Amino acid sequence: MERRALFGGKLLPYTLLLPQFAIVVVFFYFPAGQAVWQSMLMEDAFGISTEFVGFENYQILAADPDYYKTMLTTAVFSILVAFLSLSCGLLLAVMADKQIKGATIYKTMLIWPYAVAPAVAGVLWLFMFQPSLGMLAKMLRSWGVDWNPLLNGNHAMILVVLAATWKQISYNFLFFLAGLAAIPKSVIEAAAIDGARPMRRFWTIIFPLLSPTAFFLLVINIVYVFFDTFGIIDSVTGGGPAGNTTTMVYKVYQDGKAGSNLGGSAAQSVVLMIIVIALTAIQFKFVERKVQY
Amino acid sequence: MASVVLEAVRKVYAGGVEAVKGLSLTIPDGSFTVLLGPSGCGKSTLLRMIAGLEEISGGAITIGGKKVNDVEPSERDIAMVFQNYALYPHMSVYDNMAYGLRNRGTAKEEIERRVAEAARMLAIEPYLQRKPRALSGGQRQRVAMGRAIVREPAAFLFDEPLSNLDAKLRVQMRLEIRKLHNRLKATSIFVTHDQVEAMTLADQVVVMNSGKIEQTGTPLEIYRRPASKFVATFIGSPAMNLFPGTIAAPGKVTLADGTGFAYDANVFDAKPGAKVEIGLRPEDAKASVAAPGRPKLVWEVTEELGATRLLHGMLAGSPFVLAMQADIDTPARELALEATPETVHIFDPESGRSLRRA
Repeated sequence: MERRALFGGKLLPYTLLLPQFAIVVVFFYFPAGQAVWQSMLMEDAFGISTEFVGFENYQILAADPDYYKTMLTTAVFSILVAFLSLSCGLLLAVMADKQIKGATIYKTMLIWPYAVAPAVAGVLWLFMFQPSLGMLAKMLRSWGVDWNPLLNGNHAMILVVLAATWKQISYNFLFFLAGLAAIPKSVIEAAAIDGARPMRRFWTIIFPLLSPTAFFLLVINIVYVFFDTFGIIDSVTGGGPAGNTTTMVYKVYQDGKAGSNLGGSAAQSVVLMIIVIALTAIQFKFVERKVQY
Repeated sequence: MASVVLEAVRKVYAGGVEAVKGLSLTIPDGSFTVLLGPSGCGKSTLLRMIAGLEEISGGAITIGGKKVNDVEPSERDIAMVFQNYALYPHMSVYDNMAYGLRNRGTAKEEIERRVAEAARMLAIEPYLQRKPRALSGGQRQRVAMGRAIVREPAAFLFDEPLSNLDAKLRVQMRLEIRKLHNRLKATSIFVTHDQVEAMTLADQVVVMNSGKIEQTGTPLEIYRRPASKFVATFIGSPAMNLFPGTIAAPGKVTLADGTGFAYDANVFDAKPGAKVEIGLRPEDAKASVAAPGRPKLVWEVTEELGATRLLHGMLAGSPFVLAMQADIDTPARELALEATPETVHIFDPESGRSLRRA
């Protein structure tokens, strides 16, 4: 069923759209356009003169092996975080949905991490896993694990993945919980009478009915891991050790802010923007088809 | 096919509310039993306990000779049709019907055969590849029934399946359910608050009120020989008239104004002088020209129902409704009432039970 609002003229609908449009222009189109322009410029080492160089920044980027490593790191990081936070969020939501006693407390506690700022979340995990002082790091060492995220790239990656996942689980949990509540109880009862055991019920009835929620969350989570995890990476590892946790968005910051290579940084952010737009488009084109609305 | 036996079944909710209060009932093999009662009487709870969707707080439920108190719904060999149909929205009609069979590992050819047969029986063959959202209410209802039929269960449970349909479709589906039952002869338990559904569908009607059985019997027994005031007023439309009276002599009951009706003293056991409540159905009372010494109805409002006309008025200080043929001209304001002794019911005003001899 399609519902359309009817307007007498064109003035009112455009006026109503204006505030949102203004926000998108100021905070997206304008900076994005600036980035595209900036990516075609090159500054000299002292920041005295600026020169238009066309696609040269992109050519330098394409020839940089470090940049491909960053792409790989980003792929590993985003796949791990998206998969873990979605599956944990779903698992917790399914369990919270069954919970009767103290359900509200349980749900509130699970939502809390979302209210924590990314950098603060990062610091929390940094403390717990700090090689010489962290509680959890000490525990790992007592089990014989030579835990050291400051030197070991894989350990550092595990740490940022944990922190980023922990932060995002709440969000996913909340939406999955709402999705579960929207499934009519009688449909699940009908499946129970139809001889489906709980696991089969979950995979054949509940999960397909949650697929719109899951799809929405997949898109949101991909955007989250590409951009919003900056604060976590900055506070936990600063992209290290040896660039092992430098994701694309972090490299934009490193090269632009710390390295003062504004042109190259802008080129990277344009590439990043194109990748995220492409990923979202791909998700809508291919994954959405399998979604049951 | 199986009989369903309930023995002192109780349901107490966590808050201490007793929804079903120690209820015993036998649903014979192959019968169509309707659980009838107002909302909140525990009929749906009882059905859900038989289905295994609600835990049983006390007593025992037996399906086909097997006690099922602790048996999962999936193992009880029952099928249920829900009020809101509860179709799987992401599956085609075919998959909806095949789902239960697939879960039980039925062979593919057998599934195809059974679904095709049920679809033909219910005239839903053209829609097998559609999703439920592309179907009308009546079609969804058929699919829900088809899903139950293909399973060939020991018992069918219906939880107010017709209440979401419009009036015309409801009458049509009602008839189809009855036809289907005549054909399949499967034990069916049907919950409704609609007395017409109960009367038209049932072999056995179980009238329930606040967690207890008021009366069990065939539709006509329930209508003709109500065991309590509750059953008397719940069955029949408009409801049976109830008004106070005193037993003057065996076979004679008087009203507040001294006039009276004759009743069958062989059927009702009431002592002379006892205060009773008299029950008389609107369609059982006959009106004639008012005469002294006869019960007098003074009516105020008429309701035309097409075939019948209802006169609302007062009889010896109590409200009274009279149903009469509509082709008779509107009579005088005051009428004399008479009733054959077999149609006059006598109830105990305290307990509300009928004083009918056992």
